[in-house]
Parts: sequence; C-alpha cells; structure tokens
Amino acid sequence: MGKSLPIAPVEHPWATIVVLLVAAIVFGAIPLSLAWLWARFFSPPKPGIQKNATYECGLEAEGDAWLRLDVSYYLYAIVFLIFDVEAVFLLPFAAAFSGLSLAACLAMLVFLLLLVEGLVWACQKGVLTWA
Amino acid sequence: MDQNLKTELSKHGIFATSFEELYNWGRKNSVWPLTFGLACCAIEMIATTMARYDLARFGAEVFRPSPRQADLMIVSGTVTKKMAPQVVRLYNQMPEPKYVIAMGACAISGGPFRDGYNVLKGIDRFIPVDVHIPGCPPRPEALIHAFMTLQDKISAQHLTGESRPRHLKADLPSEFPVPAFGEHGLEPAQNDEVFLNPLKVIQG
Repeated sequence: MGKSLPIAPVEHPWATIVVLLVAAIVFGAIPLSLAWLWARFFSPPKPGIQKNATYECGLEAEGDAWLRLDVSYYLYAIVFLIFDVEAVFLLPFAAAFSGLSLAACLAMLVFLLLLVEGLVWACQKGVLTWA
Repeated sequence: MDQNLKTELSKHGIFATSFEELYNWGRKNSVWPLTFGLACCAIEMIATTMARYDLARFGAEVFRPSPRQADLMIVSGTVTKKMAPQVVRLYNQMPEPKYVIAMGACAISGGPFRDGYNVLKGIDRFIPVDVHIPGCPPRPEALIHAFMTLQDKISAQHLTGESRPRHLKADLPSEFPVPAFGEHGLEPAQNDEVFLNPLKVIQG
C-alpha cells in the first residue's frame, strides 16, 4: 500500500445531477401526495351510472360510434378541388393579362374552356344534384 | 380560533388561518360554471362574463363546455319538460362539490309560463338549488350578487362534523333521479327528497 487514501472522498462528477434529480422528484411528489392525502379525507369518490356515462350534452348516448358515412360527397369534393386549382391559375393570368401575347391568351382560354366543358359534363351526369 | 385573537394578531402583522378557511377560500374563488344557457336569461349570463360586468373578478370566468370540469350550473332560463331530464342528467354528470344557481323567474318557478303545459315549475323540483335569483331576466348585477351569495355559502361550509355539506358525506349519492316522459308530463313530477313543496311547508 504505497499510496495513501485521500482524506476527503472525491466527489463523483455526476453527484450534482443526482442531487438535483432527487430534489426535482421530491419537489413534484410532495404536492401530489399532499393532494392525494387531502382527497382521501375530503373528497369521497361518488361514481354513478350517469356520472360515468358517455357525455352527450345531457342526452343518453345512442347507437354505435362506428358509423358509415355517405360517400356521395366525394364527387362534390373532386369538382371543388379542380376549380380550386383553376382559381390558382386564374390569378397570375389576371395579373399579367395586359402584358400577355395572343398565343398565351389563347392557351389560357383553351384551358378554361376545357374545365367549363368538364363542369357541363359533370352537371349533365347529375353529379351536382344531391341524391 | 377566536375571532378577537385573530384580529389582534393581524394588527401585529400575523396572519392566522385554518385549513378549512384556506381550502374554502381557494374553492370559492375558482368556481367554474358550466356553459349552459337555456333561454333569454342566458344572454344576461353571457353579459355578466364579458368585460363590462366581468365575472372574472370572482374567479368564475372559465365556463367549461363539459360537466366533468364544472362546479356550478347556472340554470339560466325556462326549463321545459322536454329539457328537464337533460338538465338533471348534466347535473348528475358534474363532479362533487357542485352548486346550482336558479336564475330568473322561469328557473325558480316557471315564471310567466308557469301555467303552460310544457314548462317545469322550477328546477328545484329535481335538483337542489343553492341560490335563487328572481327577475325576468335578472340584471347581471343580480347574477353577480347571487354568485357572491354562493361564495359566502361555500366559505361557511365545514370540512368535518355533522353539518358538513353533502359532497363530504360518503354515503349520500351525487346523482338524482332523472324524470321520464309520462302520459301527463314528467314522471315523477318532482323529487320529494329535494323539493320543498310550499303547500306542505305552509301546512307544517
């Protein structure tokens, strides 16, 4: 035993973190346990059939939550999407209208015409009437 | 603790209190009402929560959209017989401690519609009401007064002893029977355990 032991124990480099960790846990646990103790004595649990039932704005819950919804709305949604995209194209067209060449203008009008044709077709197929 | 001793101590800058007082002080200043409007009185209730009358001063600005989070039900308006089961069920779904303010002539007695075939003659027939406010509709100040009355009631409640409130008595239920639609109105017409029938009170 050539080396002599140090008088004071060397502090572990993570000791501070351990101390802080324990302090943090205790800091959170004390109010929680106090609240738990308080509730044990001054908040008797009173469960009930209605109290534990599904909340439906005061009405009794009816039927199953797994309903099938009507898919007929999807056609509306698709037509809306197409004309939504059209509006995105129309905006730069309107902004640059005065500086456009005749060819560009015609190309845009053909694009519009195609979409209007599509709308007429969809209308004739009865997509826009709710059934 | 003796009240004189307490005032004497407070003169010397010492604040003395009990758990009961501290607990009730916290409770009375955080009463969250249920978002629940029935008729015209609800408009006055909404006005009370807004900036001009500012119910937030009393810690009650947080109107909860779910009965699970609410402490106070303000029955603001006419309770029709169609609506009464829903009102009672919502009350049942609120956790204890829960309080009820019956706001306006309709909620306390049926009001101008008392003789109607479809109007409940006061919500106190089915659920225990803590504060009644008359008026058609009551002004926001009246609702604030009712709220302050409720706060006084809460701060006077005892945690222990026989006089402790219902929610601290473990054997008393927190649910009240929901009336059903019968051939001639609601069945039963009132919950006799809750309703103080004026005729019976007068007769003794």
